[in-house]
Parts: sequence; C-alpha cells; structure tokens
Amino acid sequence: MATLEITNISKHFGAIQAVSDVSLSLEAGEVVGLMGDNGAGKSTLVKMIAGNFRPSQGTMRLNGSEIVLHRPIEARQHGIEIVHQDLALCNNLSAAANVFLGRELRRGFGPFRVLDYKAMYRRAGEIFRELRSETRPRDLVRQMSGGQRQAVAIARTMISEAKIVLMDEPTAAISVRQVAEVLHLIRGLRDRGIAVVLISHRMPDVFDVADRVVVMRRGRKVADKPISQTSPEEVTGLITGAIERG
Amino acid sequence: MATTLDQTIAQKRRTLGAAVLANQTFWVLLAVVLACIFLSFATDSFATSKNLYNITRNATFVAIIALGMTLVIITGGIDLSVGSVLCLCSMVLAVVMHSGYSIEVGIAASVATALLIGAFNGLLIAYVGFPPFVVTLGMLSIARSLAMVASNNTVVFQFGPDHDKLLALGGGAWLFGIANPVIYMIALTLLTGFVLRWTRLGRYIYAIGGNEQAATATGIPVRPIKVGVYMISALSAGVAGIVQTGWLGAVTTNIGAGMELQVIAATVIGGANLAGGTGTALGALVGAALIEVIRNSLGLLGINAFWQGTFIGGATILAVLFDRIRNFRQSE
Repeated sequence: MATLEITNISKHFGAIQAVSDVSLSLEAGEVVGLMGDNGAGKSTLVKMIAGNFRPSQGTMRLNGSEIVLHRPIEARQHGIEIVHQDLALCNNLSAAANVFLGRELRRGFGPFRVLDYKAMYRRAGEIFRELRSETRPRDLVRQMSGGQRQAVAIARTMISEAKIVLMDEPTAAISVRQVAEVLHLIRGLRDRGIAVVLISHRMPDVFDVADRVVVMRRGRKVADKPISQTSPEEVTGLITGAIERG
Repeated sequence: MATTLDQTIAQKRRTLGAAVLANQTFWVLLAVVLACIFLSFATDSFATSKNLYNITRNATFVAIIALGMTLVIITGGIDLSVGSVLCLCSMVLAVVMHSGYSIEVGIAASVATALLIGAFNGLLIAYVGFPPFVVTLGMLSIARSLAMVASNNTVVFQFGPDHDKLLALGGGAWLFGIANPVIYMIALTLLTGFVLRWTRLGRYIYAIGGNEQAATATGIPVRPIKVGVYMISALSAGVAGIVQTGWLGAVTTNIGAGMELQVIAATVIGGANLAGGTGTALGALVGAALIEVIRNSLGLLGINAFWQGTFIGGATILAVLFDRIRNFRQSE
C-alpha cells in the first residue's frame, strides 16, 4: 500500500486551472523528484498535500484512509511536513530552538513547566548526528551556512516523526559543497523510511538522489517514471513540451 | 581538522567569558558602575544614602515601562503611547479615588483602562495590520486627551478616604528601607526575565521578532501574542502610573509627557534592537539606570541641565553603535 495516494486531484483559482486531474502515489522510503517549469503547477500540488490549499476535486489517501486537510497544522498532524524554500527559520534563535519551535520540550509539573534547554540541546544534537551534519545545537541560525540551515529545517521534520517530507527547492541558493550536504540529508530521510518529494529545477540533483521523476506541464502530469528509465534530455524535453508525454 | 562530528556537535558556542564580553548589557552595567565609582570620588553628594535613594526611585518608573516596551520591541513593534497611558491611568486612579471610592476600586479601574488601551492597540496592529508606529502615535494623542477630559485638566491631589494608603504604596519603604517603587521594579524585572527565558510565551515572543512568517507557519498563535504584548506594555505604563501617583501625591495632565522616548532609549541602551528579535529584561533595567545616573550626575557635577539631552542621546547612539560593531564582527 502506498503511503500517500492522490487520485484525480484538481485545483482551480477562479478561471485559472492550476492543477488538472493529477494522480500520484508515494511509497515509504522513496524520493520523488517533482519537476516542471515555473507555473506548471508543482507548488500548487505540493501546497494541496501540505494543507495550504484544498483541492477543487479529487481525493488523497494516507496509508489507505482518506484525508481532507483544511489547514497546514492538520497535514502536520498526519505526518506530512514541508520544508519551505525560504526555510522559515528564526535567525535570532539557536538551532535547537528552531528545531523545537512550537513543540518545545518542557520540564516541571502541572502549570509550572519551564523550557527544558538541556533536553532540547541533547535531542537536537542527536538528530544532527543522525543526519551527519556538522551543526551545533547552540549556534544561532544567523551564523550558519546554507547547508546547516537546511539541516535545521530537516531536523524540524524529524522530531515530529514525519512520514512524508515535501521539499521546495532545497538546493536553489547554496554552494556546491552544501548541495552535496543537502542531498546527503535527503538520503538520510529516505533511509529512515520517509517518503520525500523534492521540487527542484536542478537536473543533476534530481538524477543524483531521486528514485522516480514526475514531470508537470501546464497543470498536468506528463511523465512519471523511474530515474533509471529516463534521461536529463528526455526530462528537459518533457518540461519544455518538446516531448508531449513520457 | 581532526575533530570528529560528535565533538563538533557537542561543542559549546563560546566560553562563558566570551559570552559575557559580547553582551551589551554587561558593558552598559560596567558603564553604570564606573560612573557611580567616579561620582563617589568626584562629588560629596553622590554616595549619600539620600541621593542613591532618589536615583533608584527615579529610575524605576522608566524601568518598569521599559520592561513592557522590551517585549513589544522584541516582537518587532513599538509603543509610543506609554507616556500618555501612564498619564491617563494615573488620572483614572486619581479621579476614581477622589470621588470617594477605595484604593482597590481605583487601582482596578486604572488597570482595566490600561488593558483596554493595550487591547485596542494590539487588535488594530495584529488583526487589522496597522503599523504599530501609527496606531500607538494615535493613542499617544488620544490617551492624553482623555486624561484631560477625565480631570477637566485640573490637578488632583486629594485621593479620598484611602489617600494615605495610596501615598504609602508609592512613597513608602516597607522592606529594609528600600523605596517601594524599587521593590516593584525588581519583582517585575525578575518576572519578565523569567517569562522571556523559561516559558514558551517568551520563546514565541523572540520567534515572532525573528521571523513572523516562520512563527505563523509553525503554528504559534502569533496574533494573540502580539495583542498580549501591547496589553502588557500598556499595563506596565499603568502600573508605573499608579506607583508614581502614590509617590508624587498629585496628578497633572502633563505627567509622562515625552516619557515614551526615554523608555525607548532605555530599552535600546539595554540591548534591544528596534528591528525585533533581541532584548532582555535586565537590559531594560540597566538602560534605565544608566539614563538616571547620567541625569543625576550632570546636576551634581554642576553641568548645566540643558546638556542632559545631549548626554542621554549620545549614550543611546553609542549603544546602537556597539550593536553595529558586534553584528559586523558576527557577519564576517
């Protein structure tokens, strides 16, 4: 059974058809590269999965049972996490504070509970170790490299026991060395049995890390095939429309 | 480098000593202490218990409001209405007590007024999306005008049956000869410091100032918290007003005029950044102390009082300069 099964999903904003009739399934421990030109409907599709938009038509099933998401918080409660392109981190807080933002660990009893700094530093350190990222829990995010920021954003998804992680252009604005770090992080998520959707414009990244590539054009899914059965040239053709359907 | 991943992750950010040296509050505190030592030797009148009593008590009103202002500034906002709110709350207290009600009723009315004004500011800012500067600038005008309406622009100095209780509340020294306002200030500083460092609310206040969108995305109740900090800010002005009324023994409609600027200066000197995201309770206290020591010392050293503004303004700019230098080093 697929972790997430999307069936004939559509979304229109007034007269604009952003996503038409897309079906997609995600397996546990699978990395799916989601590609397409600007305005192809990638973001709209992902935002429906993340609970930002409600589909106009179609259904979503999580582990076999149908889910209807009204708000992002409901998606998170179902184990669907999104890592935004701008990362949505607070620069003035420590790495650990960002990892636990909104889900702070506390100690004490009843109404007399205070933040448990020690436990949060320790747990964040464990997650960074697991991700094999050189990120110190006490460092302020302001002082971090792009790769470390990604590690913080991904660590956020890991404390919540996510089943599906949606990543929006995680390698768009960082250095080559950091790209390698981020791809490494994505493999780490996959090895934990998490399904990853990687939205990216960068062909090498998708072919490096993804198991499957899904191409969208003008709101429709035009290809969905294993990486081993396609090539960057074919995907480019599918994105631009030079090739009608893969 | 032969350090392992584990060692890197376990590494502390910096040593305790380095953390203290990078802390603006520490340097301002050092400036206050050095100024006090210098003044004790340079003048005969500084280190007298009467003068120290005066300094601590004078600094408290600015300091108490600076605590509330710090929360607002950490969220990236500003509250220009605090001076007028102090005046209105003092006046409500005075008028209610003058007409024969007990001190409890007077304080309740005053506190309710403060909370109402704070809620009004906060709702417009958080839910309607008004810029804090504009809303609180409007309130600066409204609150003072309401104080004039409430008192018909007269001086109130008769506080009804509980007159003496009110004067004792603000002017007494119930604990080891320390002026009551100072006790309130210390208690409120500890409370604010505790909330900022040890509670989720404090953490969320910093998060909102750091990245409001991120805070919203993680499910933090951003808008209610923003309303809350403006209510706390107004409340701090109200509390300062109540205590000050008891201390002065009279209320005029021009008390607290221009005070918002002193409060903001104290907050900034103490390390808060108007862009949001940084600031501490202790910083607000130390900033207020520095301003008062400057004011006091100029008088004792025989320097013309007209120079006060220059020195306080200079200190404010110097504090921001320090912040710039530190950020410059960090971004390298």
